[in-house]
Amino acid sequence: MKIHRVLALVIRHLYLYKRSIPRLMEVFYWPFLDLVIWGFITIYLTKFKGTLPDFIAFLLGALILWDILFRSQQGLSVSFLEDMWARNLLNIFVSPIRPIEYIFALMLVSIVKLLLASIVMVIFAWLFYSFNIFLLGLSLIPMIVNLVIMGWGLGIITMALILRLGQEAEVLAWAVAFLFQPVSAVFYPVSVLPPFLQTIAQFIPASHIFEGMRIIISGGGFPMHDVLWATALNFIYILTALVFFYWNFSIVRRKGLLARIGE
Amino acid sequence: MIEDVNMLTNPIVEISGLTKIFNGLRAVDNISFEMYVGEILGLLGPNGAGKTTTLQMLLALTTPTSGDIKIFGLDLERNREKILKEVNFSSSYVAMPYSLTVMENLMVFARLYNIKNPQARIVGLLKDFEIEEIKDKTVRSLSSGQITRVCLIKALLNEPKILFLDEPTASLDPDIADKTRRLLKKIKKERGISILYTSHNMREMEEMSDRIIFLDKGRIIAMGRPEEVRAQFKGESLEDVFLKIARQL
Ligand SMILES: Nc1ncnc2c1ncn2[C@@H]1O[C@H](COP(=O)(O)OP(=O)(O)OP(=O)(O)O)[C@@H](O)[C@H]1O
Ligand SMILES: [Mg+2]
Repeated sequence: MKIHRVLALVIRHLYLYKRSIPRLMEVFYWPFLDLVIWGFITIYLTKFKGTLPDFIAFLLGALILWDILFRSQQGLSVSFLEDMWARNLLNIFVSPIRPIEYIFALMLVSIVKLLLASIVMVIFAWLFYSFNIFLLGLSLIPMIVNLVIMGWGLGIITMALILRLGQEAEVLAWAVAFLFQPVSAVFYPVSVLPPFLQTIAQFIPASHIFEGMRIIISGGGFPMHDVLWATALNFIYILTALVFFYWNFSIVRRKGLLARIGE
Repeated sequence: MIEDVNMLTNPIVEISGLTKIFNGLRAVDNISFEMYVGEILGLLGPNGAGKTTTLQMLLALTTPTSGDIKIFGLDLERNREKILKEVNFSSSYVAMPYSLTVMENLMVFARLYNIKNPQARIVGLLKDFEIEEIKDKTVRSLSSGQITRVCLIKALLNEPKILFLDEPTASLDPDIADKTRRLLKKIKKERGISILYTSHNMREMEEMSDRIIFLDKGRIIAMGRPEEVRAQFKGESLEDVFLKIARQL
């Protein structure tokens, strides 16, 4: 891994945001809007459901954490699309760069974007609804790390599919994370799912994280069991994703599609 | 002539039995050739002849179905990273991120290739190509000819030993195309770099190339100095030869 090549690509993607208001909006505007709408919905709902005191915390916590997963996936797949749209992939892949360096660069880009968006959400959740995500304390760190890694896993798989299937698969960049949302138990506990979906949820890292979040919020202490499960699953996810990417990359090279992507 | 000694002794690219089959279509069909240090080699042939596919295999973008590619005496597949550091590529069908300025884009590639003193190098090349004034413009605001030149500058950033160019002059006006050809020749002469390029402009081929390779349906049907190929097919010009081959074979 050559760090100058990784940094070159990180800088290339950060340059994009310097002059582009729509792209900056994508980083700040949607998380902000999500927060406003969901925040008011939860306030409204709690008026009727006085019996669920943690309701706002559950929903806003879920919203912020889900956004982290979604954005870490997007950080990879949308950045990849940017290179495709700019007809820049060939310039990149005729350089000595290795696929893993390219992926690693996009991971760093996703962290930067994620930090910016999270700061906005955290501040407004606190300002508008006095919801302080840091109440989750240090236990937040392993949870966020796990969500980011699952997002990367999905992002790498998305990139592989777009490489392989071409521009028609673009929509996956936005859709893939949501495919996992129902079984990630983001806004409701795993127990409300029908049995076969519960079984699937067991194998989704995010479901353990969101279960864990609810345990913490209702004062149940650090959800060690869930965090360990999520970590182990994520390890498998990211490895599988990388293998899947490399496998597709070699097929794409065999089919001569690298040069045709984006056409 | 020193050049001829190099030509005889120093193949920088060696291709043998190179074949690419796409779903049964023989896009490149068992071609073998060598390219020598300091040589400009022109690849020509009708649409679909296999020129781009050949270039892409030489850049490790596409894996050959069979055959060997050696660059700098090294097997390409096993030494991809080492070889790609020393070569570069440009084409009229690649572009660069539109919302970045010319300078920003070129700095990204300078970093990618780990170039010392990138700023000075970029400014020098911008001057060579007479586009110094667009350095702080975004790529979006450039004409296609200007983008082509920026891409050519990108391809020269790492002082490549071999330059692969796919229709490099396709979107340039005659004046700029002429200047670009001169510049490439000058660079070749001063730095001894080798250039493998494709073009549909037969005059350009004759003017630029030390040797040409004529591809048709994936096969080499003629190879040699332009005048040799002309004589072989009894054509008055390369264009004449092209038309004969394209319409008869
Ligand atoms: N990725 C691919 N998948 C399937 N067929 C391909 C692919 N790339 C090229 N081909 C086919 O291989 C043949 C050679 O194409 P290639 O692009 O190499 O031709 P070319 O000589 O560069 O033509 P042109 O002058 O039009 O640029 C064509 O028939 C083309 O349709
Ligand atoms: Mg072509």
